[in-house]
Amino acid sequence: MHRFLIKKLLLAVTTLLAISVITFALFFLVPSNPAEVMCGNRQRCGPERLAQIEQRMGLDQPAYVQYGQFMKGIFVGRTFGEGAAARDCPAPCLGFSFRNDEPVTAIVARTLPVTLSIVFGAAAVWLLIGLSVGMVSALRRGTFFDKVAVGTSLVGASMPIFFFGYLLLIVLVYETGLLPNPKYTPITENPAAWAGAMVLPWIGLGFLNSATYARLARAQMLETLSEDFVRTARAKGLSKATVYGRHALRAAITPIVTIAGLDLGTYLGGTVITETVFGFTGLGKTALNAALNLDMPIVMATVLLAAVFIITANVLVDVLYAVIDPRVRLS
Amino acid sequence: MTAAVIPETPGAYTGAAPYLQVRDLSVRFATEDGVVRAVDGVSFAVERGRTLGIVGESGSGKSVTSLAILGLHDPKRTTIAGQILLGGRDIVGLDEESIRRLRGRDMAMIFQDPLSALHPYYTVGRQVAEAYRVHHPDASWREAHRRAVEMLDRVGIPQPARRANQHPHEFSGGMRQRAMIAMALVNNPELLIADEPTTALDVTVQAQILDLLADLQREFHSAIILITHDLGVVSQVADDVLVMYAGRAVEYGTAEQVLRRPQHPYTWGLLSSVPSLHGDPDADLIPIRGNPPSMIHPPPGCAFHPRCGYALLGSASTPGAAAGACEVDVPQLRQVQERGHTVACHLPEGKRVEIYRRDIAQAGVVR
Ligand SMILES: Nc1ncnc2c1ncn2[C@@H]1O[C@H](COP(=O)(O)OP(=O)(O)OP(=O)(O)O)[C@@H](O)[C@H]1O
Ligand code: SF4
Ligand SMILES: [Mg+2]
Repeated sequence: MHRFLIKKLLLAVTTLLAISVITFALFFLVPSNPAEVMCGNRQRCGPERLAQIEQRMGLDQPAYVQYGQFMKGIFVGRTFGEGAAARDCPAPCLGFSFRNDEPVTAIVARTLPVTLSIVFGAAAVWLLIGLSVGMVSALRRGTFFDKVAVGTSLVGASMPIFFFGYLLLIVLVYETGLLPNPKYTPITENPAAWAGAMVLPWIGLGFLNSATYARLARAQMLETLSEDFVRTARAKGLSKATVYGRHALRAAITPIVTIAGLDLGTYLGGTVITETVFGFTGLGKTALNAALNLDMPIVMATVLLAAVFIITANVLVDVLYAVIDPRVRLS
Repeated sequence: MTAAVIPETPGAYTGAAPYLQVRDLSVRFATEDGVVRAVDGVSFAVERGRTLGIVGESGSGKSVTSLAILGLHDPKRTTIAGQILLGGRDIVGLDEESIRRLRGRDMAMIFQDPLSALHPYYTVGRQVAEAYRVHHPDASWREAHRRAVEMLDRVGIPQPARRANQHPHEFSGGMRQRAMIAMALVNNPELLIADEPTTALDVTVQAQILDLLADLQREFHSAIILITHDLGVVSQVADDVLVMYAGRAVEYGTAEQVLRRPQHPYTWGLLSSVPSLHGDPDADLIPIRGNPPSMIHPPPGCAFHPRCGYALLGSASTPGAAAGACEVDVPQLRQVQERGHTVACHLPEGKRVEIYRRDIAQAGVVR
C-alpha cells in the first residue's frame, strides 16, 4: 500500500513538472512581445521603455534562467526589477497581469471561490440525483419510473449547458422573475446571498450532469446485479436490502467514484460555459479572457492550476480505489 | 398421451418421504424472442445422506432447476409450475420472505466459479460469518467470525484464522471452492446443491473437492445434488443419476443402472464422449453429433430425434412401436423392468437393451 502510494505521488510530481515546462514554453510560443502587451493597447511605448520593461520582467535572460525564476517564484517568491523600482512578489508568486499589474495570486484568490462554489454545489446535486435515480431505475428495470428516467436522462445527457442554462435564465429569471439575476457574493460575506446566486448554476450544471450519472449508475448497477456474487448473497438468505445495499452497491459504486473524482478535477480547472452563461467571473472565464488578451501570466497560472486539480484528483481517485478494492493493493 | 409417471426415488432407501421431492417441475421464461421452456415436467427426489447427480449438455436446464429449488428466479419473468417439496412442504410460489429464511439454512448452494461467486471486496471470513449471522441474528459478529474460522478449518483450509482475514483473490481456486463449501455448510443445511463445483478446477484439486464433499456428507448427513456434465464425476460420487436433455428428464435411476445399463440413446451418447469411463483409454471419443436444440422452439416429438441414431422416423418400421413416433409424440418417462429405473424413449425396451449390448457396450466404449 505504501509503495503504491509513493509510486503514484512520484508520478504525479513528475507529470506536474512536465506540465510546468510546457506551460512555460507557451510563453515563448505566443507570437507577440510581452513587453508590448504590457504597454497596453492605447499607449505606445518607445524602444527604450520596452527594454526597460523587458529587463524588469527578466525577459532579457535566457529561457532556462527565466524558467528557474518562474519556479523559484512559485515556491519561495521573487523580486521583479531592482533598486527603487523593485517589486516584491511573495510565494506562491505567479507574476502580475500584463493588463493591469494586479498580482495573479490575487486574481486567482478572487475567482477560484466562484468556480469552487459552482462545482461543489453542482456535484452534490448531480451525485445525489444521478445516483439515486440510476440505482432505483436499475432495481425497477422496465417499470414506468425506469422508462421515464431513461428517456429524461437521454435528453439531459445530450443537451449542451449553454442551451439549458439560457433556458433556465429565460424561464426562471426573465419571464417569471422567480429568481433574481444571479450576482456572485462571497459566502463569507453573506451565505444566503451566495446560495441564492448559486441556485441557477447548481441546477444547470447539476441537472445536466445528473443525467450522465443516472445512466452510468443504472448501467453499473444492472451489470453488478447480474454478477455471480450477488446471486451468492441471495442464496445465503440475505434480505434484499442487504443484498443490494451491502453487496451490489459497494461493487457498483466503485467505477462511479473514479469518474466522479476525475470529473470534479476537470471542472475545478474552470467551468467556462457555465460561468459565461450565468455571468460569473470564475477561473474558467478568467482563463478565457486572459487567453484572448494574451495576458500570459494569468494563462500560465490557470493552466497550471487546472493541471494541479486534475492530477490531484487522479491521485486521490487511485488511493480511494485502493481503499475500496482490495485487489488493487496487491498489483 | 398418458400423464408423466412420477418416479419414486430409485434404489432402496430407508425412512419416510425423501427430504427433497420435485414433482413435474416446469420453468418458463418470458423473453423478447418468445417463451423459453427451460425445464419441462421434471421429477426427482433426494434423500438425506444420498447424492443425486444431474447430468446433461450445456443448456439442458440443470442450473435453472437448481435455482428454482432455491427460489432464485425473478418471479416477474419466470413461470414455475409443479411442486418442490422440502421436508414435505411445497415451496413453489412461497412468498419471498418465507423462502429467504430457508435459503442458506435448510438448503444451500455452491457455484461453478468460486472467484466470481465470492464478493471481491469482503474478506472470506466475513462472508462466511455473514452467512451464519443472517440465520443466527442473536450471534455477534465475533461469534460468527469464530464459527467461520471453525468452518474454514473443517473444510481443510490451513491456518484458517489468518486465511479468514484474506480476500478471495488471495486464495487459490481449490481453496476458494473450499471457502464456498464452508459458507454453504455453516448453517448445517439439509440440502446442498453443487452446480458444477469442480469444473473450474484442475484434476487433482477436483478429486480433493469431491472427497471433501463426500466426507462432509457423512458428517452432516445432508442430501446433495451434484450438477455436472462430467459423467466421470458422477460415477465417482453419485448414488442416483438424472439425465436431462432440452429441459426434460430422459433417464433416471441409480448410478449403477444409468451408468452400467443405460437405456436412453442420449445417455449412450454422453457415455461415449467421456474419456474417464472408457475401458480402453486409447479408444476414440465419440461426441454426440449436432447441437442442443432451441429452447424456444424445441423439435416436435422427442427433442433428441434430430440427433438420435435410432430415431423411429416416418418411413422406418420397428416392431412394437409406431412408425414416426419420435417425430410426433413426446416420450414420457416410463419404468423399465428393473425397479426404480425410468427412461423416456419410444424404442421398446428389448430393442434398447439389444442395441446397447450390440453397439455400445461391445464397442468397448463403456467398461
Ligand atoms: N433467466 C433466463 N431467461 C431466459 N432464458 C434462460 C434464463 N436462464 C436460463 N435460460 C435458458 O434456459 C436454458 C437452460 O439453462 P441452464 O442454465 O439451466 O443450463 P445448464 O444445464 O445449467 O447448462 P450449463 O451446463 O451450461 O450450465 C438455456 O437455454 C438458457 O439459455
Ligand atoms: S424417442 Fe426416438 S428419438 Fe428419442 S431417444 Fe428414443 S429413439 Fe431416439
Ligand atoms: Mg449451469
